[in-house]
Amino acid sequence: MTQETQPPLLQETGIPLDEYQAIVRLLGREPNRLELYLFKVMWSEHCSYKNSRPLLRLLPKEGPAVLQGPGENAGVVEIGEGWAVAFKIESHNHPSAVEPVQGAATGVGGIIRDIVAMGARPIALLNSLRFGRPDHPRTRYLVRGVVEGIAHYGNAIGVPTVGGEVYFHPDYQENPLVNAMCVGLLRVEELKRSRASLGRPVYYVGSKTGRDGIGGAAFASEELSEESESKRPSVQVGDPFLGKLTMELTLEAIRQNLVEGVQDMGAAGLTSSLSELAHKSGLGLELHLDRVPQREAGMNPIELMLSESQERMVLVPRPGQEQALEALAARYGLDAVPVAHTIAEPVFRVIQAGQVVAEVPTAALADCPTYTREGREDPAIARLRAVDLNALPVPSNLQEILPRLLSSPNLCSRAPIYERYDHQVGTNTVLVPGWGDAAILRIKGTQRGLAVKVDANPRYSKLAPRLGAMHALAEAARNVSVVGGRPLAYTDGLNCGNPETPEGYFELSETIRGLAEASRALGLPVVSGNVSLYNEGPNYRIPPTPMVGVVGLLENLEHRAQQGFQQAGDFIVLIGALEGQLGASEYLWVVHGQEAGSPPPLDLAQEARAQAAIRALIEQGWVRTAHDVAEGGLAVALAEMCLPRGLGATLEVRSPARPDAVLFGEAPSRILFSVNQAHLQAAVKLLENHGLPYHILGQVGGSTLTILTPKARLEWPLADLRQAWEAPLREVLP
Amino acid sequence: MKVAVIQFPGSNCDQDALWALRLVGLEAELVWHTERSLEGFQAALLPGGFSYGDYLRAGALAKFSPVMQEVRRLAQRGYPVVGICNGFQVLTEAGLLPGALLANTNLHFTCKEVFLRVERTDLPFTRAYTPGQVLRIPIAHGEGRYYADAETLERLEQNHQVVFRYTSPQEAPSKEGYNPNGSLNDIAGIVNPAGNVLGLMPHPERAVESVLGSADGLPFFRSLKQALEVVV
Repeated sequence: MTQETQPPLLQETGIPLDEYQAIVRLLGREPNRLELYLFKVMWSEHCSYKNSRPLLRLLPKEGPAVLQGPGENAGVVEIGEGWAVAFKIESHNHPSAVEPVQGAATGVGGIIRDIVAMGARPIALLNSLRFGRPDHPRTRYLVRGVVEGIAHYGNAIGVPTVGGEVYFHPDYQENPLVNAMCVGLLRVEELKRSRASLGRPVYYVGSKTGRDGIGGAAFASEELSEESESKRPSVQVGDPFLGKLTMELTLEAIRQNLVEGVQDMGAAGLTSSLSELAHKSGLGLELHLDRVPQREAGMNPIELMLSESQERMVLVPRPGQEQALEALAARYGLDAVPVAHTIAEPVFRVIQAGQVVAEVPTAALADCPTYTREGREDPAIARLRAVDLNALPVPSNLQEILPRLLSSPNLCSRAPIYERYDHQVGTNTVLVPGWGDAAILRIKGTQRGLAVKVDANPRYSKLAPRLGAMHALAEAARNVSVVGGRPLAYTDGLNCGNPETPEGYFELSETIRGLAEASRALGLPVVSGNVSLYNEGPNYRIPPTPMVGVVGLLENLEHRAQQGFQQAGDFIVLIGALEGQLGASEYLWVVHGQEAGSPPPLDLAQEARAQAAIRALIEQGWVRTAHDVAEGGLAVALAEMCLPRGLGATLEVRSPARPDAVLFGEAPSRILFSVNQAHLQAAVKLLENHGLPYHILGQVGGSTLTILTPKARLEWPLADLRQAWEAPLREVLP
Repeated sequence: MKVAVIQFPGSNCDQDALWALRLVGLEAELVWHTERSLEGFQAALLPGGFSYGDYLRAGALAKFSPVMQEVRRLAQRGYPVVGICNGFQVLTEAGLLPGALLANTNLHFTCKEVFLRVERTDLPFTRAYTPGQVLRIPIAHGEGRYYADAETLERLEQNHQVVFRYTSPQEAPSKEGYNPNGSLNDIAGIVNPAGNVLGLMPHPERAVESVLGSADGLPFFRSLKQALEVVV
């Protein structure tokens, strides 16, 4: 059947014919219009993972500390002394592209509710943002809107935004990425899941249902197009005030042991939250639409079922606690209404005005057909990767390159962004943005701390998706290690192109395979995640962008490290090789205008040793300053260590390699740290015991960064570097 | 000597204030905004946050909360009342302190560390500081630009009601650019003529432990403790 001859309902819902036939088989009859819409949203990629699920099975999900892996509202990992941490990352890309403020705000609100649903109090937010060229007016509009949206929601609800990363790349010009991560703290015994026992009333709690965000999950699972602007009504509207009240009500209900099950009402609204609750409980559910609190009159069943109005939760009270829950909600001035109840028959039944308007087996909605497709690498990418960079001329003036790199939109100071976020509310933030490779949060009443970081390098992933994904996990874990945290587990936000094209599927598949390989080698399970596909349009496809959020544990907060040099006279040591690679480097892009070559190779065993070594050095109390050598290479990393406290350094790098590769080339598993002379020998010995190459490069002190190479003396006053580094983003965010 | 930490819907620094008060050994409890009695409390703290979402004007709705009657009564009786950030905004909206907090001159929320000079050390909030001491304390607000008409400003200065002023760190080469929000006369915090009602935009409760980067806010709460011990 061609497009033209399809039944109008299929055209209207966009459900492909083969899936329609599967629905008819599952129901044993033709679905009605409402039922078809239920399938449309539940079988969307956003809700069903139909293109990614077979691949996601490759990822290791088990670990001794894992209390809850993927499949619930968020992953949960135990951290000792009866505490656990819940965390997850989620995308809000398409909404943010058409309405940046609300798109980003509701991304934050949604991920907070996921954490609350596990019984955890959110203690930190992070975000990972991708935009096009910073000099483009639309990029400025998007950056300002997204940052405003994150600030609007996070600041008001009172969860600190402690970290994040932003990357500018022309391939995101049409399709920005906005991923938000939330970390929550809970007592192990208060862990909640999306469960209900038989015959229980199911409560709708929080804000009323309106016509906003209708079909958002389905919208997120399509390519953006000219018509996307007209999908603005698919974008939800956030209200952090009601979000705050709903969060406090839910956490208080859990603390008072009033509820047996909790579920966030997020993507696909009532449909997804209630049918999943029933399915996970092995039960059915009867929903009475007339009881749903409504913001406006005259909403039809499809609108009610698909609305993604924000600040709503599903709570299942323990027997006999119904009235206590209602009283608690009244205190917060919120609706708490038993809109549904669980039934033995495993069907999702929707009733309006006494009539059954939809009845579908819960398993049918949950068990979307999955697809395994043929992938093929885009030959243009393979050609770029094969470019020989040895012929690249070495610039005659190396001196002027460092300030240029520091003013690159991808390396310059992020202060104009993070200053707009409250990063301290909650009084747990030990390492604030700009002071360390990862943020550190203390856990009140213990000696423990958490280190959190989210990372991804789209240039690496564009040129080599599998290797790029491995780098993403290695670097996020490295960032956690260099502040003194032992990585425990991670969450992944996989942003890719259209999986229905061979190129898009190849990139998704390679990304997941790369993550799986790095996971196993570094011993890090994935406990939660999100897939955002269809980030593609007629003239572009985003680079595969696996945003990896790693959470690590510091058992003793006294032993931690920050990025900036703290003490003149300290010795500066590099773990790893002096020389980096030019392939896929920021230097190659900024100075030579090329994005080509292969990202640097990654030896995961050496990576694990380098991370273990820096953690041991910090744990011993010998090292209080450490920094990962990432984009921009050795010179940029050194500048980043000088700038926080305005403490300079003098170093000598003796290498026969081309000087631009030594100063600005990139390579993984490299960490710079400073150490007092009294501990230098012991530190070096520790590195030798770990079988790691190292170089003692110089000493901290003065007001310049001075690097002596075999052929040149390069000297930069810190004031000049600071100016180059601080100015660029201030232009975008004055 | 018990301190009431007032919880408006949307307050979000209530727990932080409670933590700081208890850290110095003060007895403190959260009090929900619908309470009509502050019986048994000898001081009140209005914490930071976004009371009622601050959708109208920061602090504009909170002044109508039932508990504010009682806060007003405590203030009139001379007990210490302190408003931090949104709490300061509520106190000005309620008329317990003069002036208003307008949008920052940069027109956006700003969270960073600032430097404050302590102008008075004879208050229940500042006795543990030394005159002219410079503190490192974070701010986090979008509407913190202190404004009052010329007459009010003049009166505030003459009565020495300005308690904290934004300043530069002592070692800074320049005295420019340290006022983070455009406040008139660099005002960060003021007190009523009687000296018992104080409002300030910076967050002393976020600077009470060195692990958080600064403990310069600790004497603020220690001062309050000393003052309340005298009351009892």
